[in-house]
Amino acid sequence: MENNSSYWQENLRIITTCLIIWFVVSYGFGLVLVEPLNAIRLGGYKLGFWFAQQGSIVTFVALVFWYSFKMNRLDKEHGIEES
Amino acid sequence: MDELKLYTYIAVFGSFGLYFAIAWWARAGSTKEFYVAGGGIGPLQNGMAIAADWMSAASFISMAGLIAFLGYGGSVFLMGWTGGYVLLAMLLAPYMRKHGKFTVPEFISDRYYSKTARIVAVVCLIIASLTYIIGQMKGVGVAFSRFLEVDYGLGLGIGMGVVWVYAVLGGMKGITYTQIAQYVVLIFAYTIPAIFISMQLTGNPIPQLGLGSTLADGSGVYLLDKLDMVVTDLGFKEYTTGQLGNNANMIAYTLSLMIGTAGLPHVIMRFFTVPSVKAARSSAGYALVFIALLYTVAPAVGAMARLNLMNTIEPTAGENLVYEERPQWFKDWEKTGLLKFEDKNNDGKIQYTADKATNEMVKVDRDIMVLANPAIANLPNWVIALVAAGGLAAALSTAAGLLLAISSSISHDLMKGVLTPDLSEKSELLAGRIVMTVAILVSGYLGLNPPGFAAGTVALAFGLAASSIFPALMMGIFSRKMSGTAAIWGMCSGIGITMLYVFMHKGIMFIPGTSFLGGFEPNWFFGISPNAFGAVGAAINFAVAFAVCRVTGPAPVEIQHMVDNFRTPAGGVNAAHDH
Repeated sequence: MENNSSYWQENLRIITTCLIIWFVVSYGFGLVLVEPLNAIRLGGYKLGFWFAQQGSIVTFVALVFWYSFKMNRLDKEHGIEES
Repeated sequence: MDELKLYTYIAVFGSFGLYFAIAWWARAGSTKEFYVAGGGIGPLQNGMAIAADWMSAASFISMAGLIAFLGYGGSVFLMGWTGGYVLLAMLLAPYMRKHGKFTVPEFISDRYYSKTARIVAVVCLIIASLTYIIGQMKGVGVAFSRFLEVDYGLGLGIGMGVVWVYAVLGGMKGITYTQIAQYVVLIFAYTIPAIFISMQLTGNPIPQLGLGSTLADGSGVYLLDKLDMVVTDLGFKEYTTGQLGNNANMIAYTLSLMIGTAGLPHVIMRFFTVPSVKAARSSAGYALVFIALLYTVAPAVGAMARLNLMNTIEPTAGENLVYEERPQWFKDWEKTGLLKFEDKNNDGKIQYTADKATNEMVKVDRDIMVLANPAIANLPNWVIALVAAGGLAAALSTAAGLLLAISSSISHDLMKGVLTPDLSEKSELLAGRIVMTVAILVSGYLGLNPPGFAAGTVALAFGLAASSIFPALMMGIFSRKMSGTAAIWGMCSGIGITMLYVFMHKGIMFIPGTSFLGGFEPNWFFGISPNAFGAVGAAINFAVAFAVCRVTGPAPVEIQHMVDNFRTPAGGVNAAHDH
């Protein structure tokens, strides 16, 4: 079980990293900082608007896959992957 | 029969035939197949099924219309309904799959070692799911009555019959495979018109890029800049910056939708169908890809539909459309009462402005935007027919998932788990099918006679899931010491306060009597909208549970070992689906 608790700590660390990014792209860039970011243009998009309607969603997808990848590796390192 | 009607019949009944064929092929023979499709669904397939399960008539029909009229403010739905999957993938799905049971209340019952907790969870689940399903049934009825000119009640009856065949026969197994087919139908139906319209307006066939491109009319103006100009000229809020309420409300609203999404039992349940923890993690990723495909196209559909609508009514500034020369789609939607014109200044032309005194488009229902979009853009008839089939696929797939959540919570949790534990597997399977039939009849009846609060029901479903189910599950996984008594107190206070708030405000909620789902339309003059209150309810749930846990003491040691066990993908007791 000792091995397990370092596994759980590492899992919590990965989740925290993911949720910080999750928070920054949606609540940060998409909502709170939208006005200053709108001064920057991405083609026809204002950047804040782009994060709110496109960028945050794309980041969410990447986050879930990254989490899955990191966790599968962590399972192997701790020898607790499923057979 | 005209060409459009013929195509629509082919698309709608062709897709129904497909669902029936799949249902026959994927009949369920055991409770394990009925509840979790045998636990052998691959992550890619499960991702597709989750996407169809999740994307309802609200996503398919209402969302782009909301965005069209809210502009930037509509972002709360886009971020809220996708961001919840990040929470689900990291905070709930893998651990609940490891624990390996059939239903959400069953997990709560095991973790909180309490039949009371199980019953509370069943009640929360049934209220949330039943309110959600009314909207789907309404969607089915309306799609039939508009596209096939069938009576609303008959259309609803046909929809109920179709769901009955594949959900009751096939259980989760049949539902999973039909949902995969329904995802394919709905994503084509959504993106094909969007590609056409993006091509027409910007010359770029990819809607997500078209939205950020210049217009194809040679002016070199960006589409969004043009839209901003057109709407502000008429006195509306600027499209790319107009907020939904204030900033704080947008944040609370987004958070509520995210937590609610992660706590909806019919979605969580789908993670029980995969063979491993690894597959649970990756199916969340695939699900989000398939959902994002529609959710990143929706803002383009919304903006382009708004621009097309504005351009139809006022082709050039100051030159308004003459009412007698209005296009056919305008007349068609006028017949439904969802589009209304009133010539206030008697000039025979249509003025569409933000000023109530001079605005002559007295009613433009938001729900018609997706459905009318192909006609507004003069797309071929087969595209319009496809949209009808797509809308039905979206409504039916979600309805089936919800029905399974309801029937399993009654036959498995209430009957097998609490009332009659010695029920044989065969009788439980039969009970599941009977309960599902009853649930279809009840939801059909409610779809036919929507209760007065129908407009607020979907908001209520999210609020309830956010304030009761999500916190209970999350604390059960992340706090080893959280006790049953504390969790029950938390759930009851979270759901109680949220329901109280929603009911207090239901009278002031704006009720669009004819929209598919409505309910996303609270009255913004009264502080936090009831829709955004789920986040507050969830916070109260957490706070109460931790306080009670502190006073009454932690969970027993064997429960803490169980938590350690489902936190670990392999090793320990792997009780997956061993009943």
